[in-house]
Amino acid sequence: MQTIRLLKDKIISKLMLLFTILSVSLVFIIGIGLYYKSIPVLQNSTWGHLLTSSVWKPLKGLFGFYPYIMGTLWVTGIAIIIALPLCVLTSLYIVEYAHPRVRRILMPFVNLLSGIPPVIFGVWGVLFIIPLIQDHIAPHFVEFSTGYSVLAGGIVLAVMIFPLIVSILNEVLRTMPQELKDASLALGATKWETIKKVILRKALPGIIAATVLAISRAFGETIAVLMVCGNNAVVPHSVFDAGYPLPALIANNYGDMMSIPLYDSALMFAALLLFIIILLFNIISRIILSRLERKMAA
Amino acid sequence: MTKDKAHISVQDLNVHIGGNHILKDLNIDIPNKSVTSIIGPSGCGKTTLLKTFNRLHDTAADVKVTGKVLVDGEDIYDPNTEITHIRKKMGLLSQRPYPLPMSIYDNVAYGPRIHGTRKRQDLDIIVEKQLKATALWNEVKDRLHSSATRLSIGQQQRLCLARGLAVGPEIILGDESTSALDPVSTSIIEDLFVKLKQDYSIVLVTHILRQAARVSDYIIFVYEGRIVEYGKTEQVLRDPREELTKEYVKGYIV
Repeated sequence: MQTIRLLKDKIISKLMLLFTILSVSLVFIIGIGLYYKSIPVLQNSTWGHLLTSSVWKPLKGLFGFYPYIMGTLWVTGIAIIIALPLCVLTSLYIVEYAHPRVRRILMPFVNLLSGIPPVIFGVWGVLFIIPLIQDHIAPHFVEFSTGYSVLAGGIVLAVMIFPLIVSILNEVLRTMPQELKDASLALGATKWETIKKVILRKALPGIIAATVLAISRAFGETIAVLMVCGNNAVVPHSVFDAGYPLPALIANNYGDMMSIPLYDSALMFAALLLFIIILLFNIISRIILSRLERKMAA
Repeated sequence: MTKDKAHISVQDLNVHIGGNHILKDLNIDIPNKSVTSIIGPSGCGKTTLLKTFNRLHDTAADVKVTGKVLVDGEDIYDPNTEITHIRKKMGLLSQRPYPLPMSIYDNVAYGPRIHGTRKRQDLDIIVEKQLKATALWNEVKDRLHSSATRLSIGQQQRLCLARGLAVGPEIILGDESTSALDPVSTSIIEDLFVKLKQDYSIVLVTHILRQAARVSDYIIFVYEGRIVEYGKTEQVLRDPREELTKEYVKGYIV
């Protein structure tokens, strides 16, 4: 009896290990698979050329990914620039200022926002954000814009990552010890001084971690961005220019133009690029975060 | 101000927290330039009483305070009273040290900076003076700009005291300030209290009767939200007037 129980224990733990290894190895399997599928286009060209060329002529076998990479970076960059300050202020309000009753009412709304399907955000973008940019924002800055732009993509994306950042920041801010705040308040600091100089400083690693997660998610967001950012394969030079992020490229073309030689492989290469961008970004931010934590402890 | 003049005067103070009546009809005068200890069993309201002195309850939503707390004759619960001004008058030393997430130097300079001292030389003087006052200077003078969290708990607590003194308070509030410390650090802090009472009025919450006996001039015994007895340390501990005090004191002092 005893041995069977112990055996069960062992089997269960090994089983868990197996599943863990399986899910972790998925990262490598996907990476290798994408690379394998990209080999044809890589044989036809070089990494350097694929990454820096802006010429996209699939029929001639020319694949330049530079505009798509820039499109991805622009949209994500705009989204995070818009979302981060809003999220920090919102979280501070919810955690530090709002009455508990107000907080209980507000939080479900924020969470609900994260449950709305991306395509609805896309439609919302087309119906509201595009006309807003076309008629009311762009005219102040440029002669003409259709509204379909990296700015529209960034705004829609910002709204989509908003609940993610807010819910993480809420957790981060809620774990700040009351005694630490009291220590600052007891010295005669105002609440805002306490937030600015103590809480935000202490919460910085958490804020960075939330941002990293949001950016990782933003890089890959496809459908909502695709609907509003114009999908024009040129390098954007202003926020009112159209862009064509990598996920949109894949989603728009995969399955459609497979008769063109190398096209399939080129799209796989786009996916590989996205994969590498997110991987690199995560590694870099991990390094920054651990440096920061060490610095704060030093 | 002369010695024994009331520095904090509590009048008809009632505190409700979340519907519970925590402090009931308190009236008390806390003397100037002395150490006054508030003693009593856990949950009797002693920490709540201490926090009403610098209005730290304001941060909680469900706390209701009625009555008056006069500091230097000024009612701190008057809506016209500026809260930062009240808190600047009082240094708080909490149960566990909570150094701010910055360097040792910046911890001490935090208060003065907030209240408008910007010049480096002035700040240097304040930091050195207060770190010396808390017997920390020799231990940290070579690493003023390293993080405060690197210090030992005992050192952190003295740093928190220095930080509180740096804003130039008149009163020091200690909330079981030695409960997280080892015996050596505890005795350093206790000695500091005795030394500091020349310049400050000190109010301590403690559950260690021996500590109250060692450092305080006056003792307030609180039980179930009421003040049972208030008098000179000697008298309260050796010859309590009230039966409750007698029982409480007997349980701890052999």
